[in-house]
Amino acid sequence: MSWKSHETLEKNSILLLIGIIVVVLIGGIVEIIPLFRKETVIEPVEGVRPYTPLELAGYNIYIREGCYNCHSQQIRPLRDEVVRYGHYSLAAESMYDHPFQWGSKRTGPDLARVGGKYSDEWQTAHLVEPRDLVPESIMPSYEFLLKKGAKLHNLDKHLKTLRITGVPYSDEMIENAEKDAAAQATGEDRADISGLQERYGENVNARDFDGQENMISEMDALVAYLQVLGTMVDFEAAQQIEGTQ
Amino acid sequence: MSDDNKKKEIDDLSGVETTGHEWDGLKELNNPLPRWWVWIFIITIVWSAWYFVIYPSWPVPGGATEGASGYTQFKELAHNQAEITARQEAYLARFEGADFETILKTPDLYAFAVAGGKSAFKDNCATCHGAGGQGAKGFPNLNDDDWLWGGSLEDIHQTIQYGIRADNWDTRDSQMPAFGADELLERSEIDAVVDYVLTLSGGKQTSSHAQGMQIFAEQCAACHGEDGRGMRELGAPNLTDKIWLYGGDRETVYETVFNARAGLMPAWNERLDENTIKQLTIYLHELGGGE
Repeated sequence: MSWKSHETLEKNSILLLIGIIVVVLIGGIVEIIPLFRKETVIEPVEGVRPYTPLELAGYNIYIREGCYNCHSQQIRPLRDEVVRYGHYSLAAESMYDHPFQWGSKRTGPDLARVGGKYSDEWQTAHLVEPRDLVPESIMPSYEFLLKKGAKLHNLDKHLKTLRITGVPYSDEMIENAEKDAAAQATGEDRADISGLQERYGENVNARDFDGQENMISEMDALVAYLQVLGTMVDFEAAQQIEGTQ
Repeated sequence: MSDDNKKKEIDDLSGVETTGHEWDGLKELNNPLPRWWVWIFIITIVWSAWYFVIYPSWPVPGGATEGASGYTQFKELAHNQAEITARQEAYLARFEGADFETILKTPDLYAFAVAGGKSAFKDNCATCHGAGGQGAKGFPNLNDDDWLWGGSLEDIHQTIQYGIRADNWDTRDSQMPAFGADELLERSEIDAVVDYVLTLSGGKQTSSHAQGMQIFAEQCAACHGEDGRGMRELGAPNLTDKIWLYGGDRETVYETVFNARAGLMPAWNERLDENTIKQLTIYLHELGGGE
């Protein structure tokens, strides 16, 4: 082949078309095939469950307010990150997020394991006015979340939609979505949370997250979501998987 | 554009063959690709072949090829962590078994503890207690001598490990009654006791002073002490000083008595390892108020 052989391709449109199709096909296959095989790269980790309806409402607020613009949710397997944020994120931890909230920029800290790190009071006070607690913070104030009621009545539709994408919500979960959300934001003392625990596990956080007894606010939902982040995985089981890698 | 001229034509000026294409008298030279470009192109192809062999790359049934080097990010992380652990080993071996007194007396262990405690504090504690441990409304100042649950090394160690009203069996726990919200006292009675409490730290006596004193003795003294100096076993604050966790103005104190307060601190024993907690304990103790 001489360096002039491209002339053949350039002057024969059918041949050029075939050439283009072959190149695009190779690129497509390399990008698409791994997606069909993703179950081979998601470690089967114990403990990850779909979000409860209230947590899902919080997740939706997280997206609506654009939290992902400043906060990532992925702890990379790098020494400094593991020291600061804890165990690196596992693929399974975001498998029920549609869309995932890995993010790409950290103006604020990573939130992948923020669940349980601070109290509900702290989270609420911090969202109301971040500078009350962290004077150097540049995070906006989200005080209005306290005054806005969380939309619970259509949560069943959210669950149903997510089920289409493969999140294992059962009929029972969908049917009780609104009830479960209300119970979780009210807490054990004043509501029956047995159904919620039965459906989402014993460890589900159920309490009055924002400290306002008289209403279920968007603050309740968002704090419930934040408090569950990164807390689902059973790390002992995860370590066994790492051992095999 | 004329493409029918199949004859090779040599450009007069450059001596390079033309493609025979012509636009308004301008002709296209048929130069080869620059050598450097062709070589980089070839090198990248060779490099990718090498990469496919050395690193995990191709998806195959059941996962992906492992690569000849056996590289994974997990292994790299473990290696990097081992490097740090090895550097800390010199201290850790002695630090781990040492009691607080020994650490305080051994300069290099003490420096190790303070350095580790300082960095752990910044990430884990500063969000509530402030970057300098100065605290905020509802979150205690750690620099002063006023301690809710005790300021000795053992007390601080216990608090960090198990938290306060945290989700943990060994946590420090107590609950102030919500005297107003739960209708234990009338509003007028709360007014009286609030005024009395304010006199403990130098406020002016009001006409209901005697009533307030009696209510305090009945309702509050069990935890805050008869003299209002507090009780550390229950985390009941000293009411006679001018240090207020939630605020010492009349309105805030009224709110405190009406709704009660119950600050919460998470238990850290599941999140931080024992050595880090020990480092933090010493760092906090040395911030200024340690007993």
